[in-house]
Amino acid sequence: MTFLAITVLGHDRPGIIAETTGVLAQLGLNIEDSTMTLLRGHFAMMLITGGSADATTVEESLGALTADGSLSVSVREVPAEQVVARGTAYLLSVHGGDRPGIVSTVIAEVAKVGGNITDLTTRLAGELYVLLAEVDLPPAADPAALESALGEVAGGLGVEVSLRALESDDL
Amino acid sequence: MSEPSSEVVGRILPVVRAPDPVLSRPGATVDPTAPEIVQLAADLVATMRVSPGCVGLAAPQVGVSAKVFCVDVSEHPKTRGHHGTFVLCNAEVVSASRNEKAREGCMSVPDLTGDVKRASRLVVRGQEPGTGAEVVIEAEAFEARALQHEIDHCDGLLFLDRVVGAHALHARKTYL
Ligand SMILES: [Zn+2]
Repeated sequence: MTFLAITVLGHDRPGIIAETTGVLAQLGLNIEDSTMTLLRGHFAMMLITGGSADATTVEESLGALTADGSLSVSVREVPAEQVVARGTAYLLSVHGGDRPGIVSTVIAEVAKVGGNITDLTTRLAGELYVLLAEVDLPPAADPAALESALGEVAGGLGVEVSLRALESDDL
Repeated sequence: MSEPSSEVVGRILPVVRAPDPVLSRPGATVDPTAPEIVQLAADLVATMRVSPGCVGLAAPQVGVSAKVFCVDVSEHPKTRGHHGTFVLCNAEVVSASRNEKAREGCMSVPDLTGDVKRASRLVVRGQEPGTGAEVVIEAEAFEARALQHEIDHCDGLLFLDRVVGAHALHARKTYL
C-alpha cells in the first residue's frame, strides 16, 4: 500500500473535485482523509490516498487539471502515520483588528508549552481577523498558565483571546 | 410582557462592527428606571426594527457599554414559541439545558457565521426598562438562542468566543 499526499490549488470553478476524485477512482485509489476549502476565493484541497499507483502516475493522470494553468497539483508519497491523541484538546479563539504577527505571536505561546495544533482556521473579514485553533496540550502543561500568557500577548496585540476545553457530547 | 413604552420615540442608531473594542468590554449594570436607559431601550428596538432579519440587538452593538438588549424572534422562520418584542436590563441566565448546535450570525460580525452550541431551554431573569420590574422569562429553541447571544453581548462576548471548533466558522452565504 502506497500513501500519497495530493494538493490541488488555484482558481475555483465548479467540477474540480469531481474531476480530481474521478481520476483517483480510475486509478483505484482510496481517499483516506481529505479537506477542501476556499481561501480568499482560491480553491484549496488536500487529500491522503491509499492504493498501489505511484506519485508520478497520479500526477500525470491529473495533468488535465493543470493544462490551462489555473490550477496546480502536487503529488508525493508519504509514510503511514499513527494517529495518536496527545493530552487534552482545547479550542483557542482569537479575534480583533487585523495586524501583522497575530498568528505567529499567539501560536508561539502554544508551542512554548508543547501544545500541538491539530486544526487551524484563520479568516480576515473586513477589518476583523479571527483565528481558531484546536490544540492538544500535553499532561504537563498548565492550561490556566497558558491562558494567562495568551492574555498577555493578546493585550499587546490588541486582540481578544480565549482558551476553552473542547467538549464532545457522546450521543 | 408589555411592549416597550410608546411615550419614548426610539432613534435609529448605527450598529458597530467587530473589532470595535466596545463589543469586547463587559457592559455596565444599569438602573432600568433611568430616563437614558428607557431611551436606550427604545433606540435598540427602533434600530432592530429597521434591520432586516435582526432578531435582537444589545447596547454594546450601538456603542453603549451597558447590560441592555432587545429581542424579537416573532417574525423569524425558525421560531416556535416566543414573547414578542421585549427589552431586558441586567439580564442573567437562571437555568439552561438541552444544548443544541446551530449556525448563527451577528450584525456586528456581518461577514461570518459560526456553529455555536446553546441551551434550547432557558430561564432568564432581568428587569424591564421604565418600571424596573423584575421579569423571569422561560424561553425555548430559537428565542433561547437569541437571548443567550444578547446576554453574551452584554458580557463582552461574541459568537466568535463560543464556536464549537476550528472549522466552525463560515463565510456568510445567505443574508436574512
Ligand atoms: Zn450579535
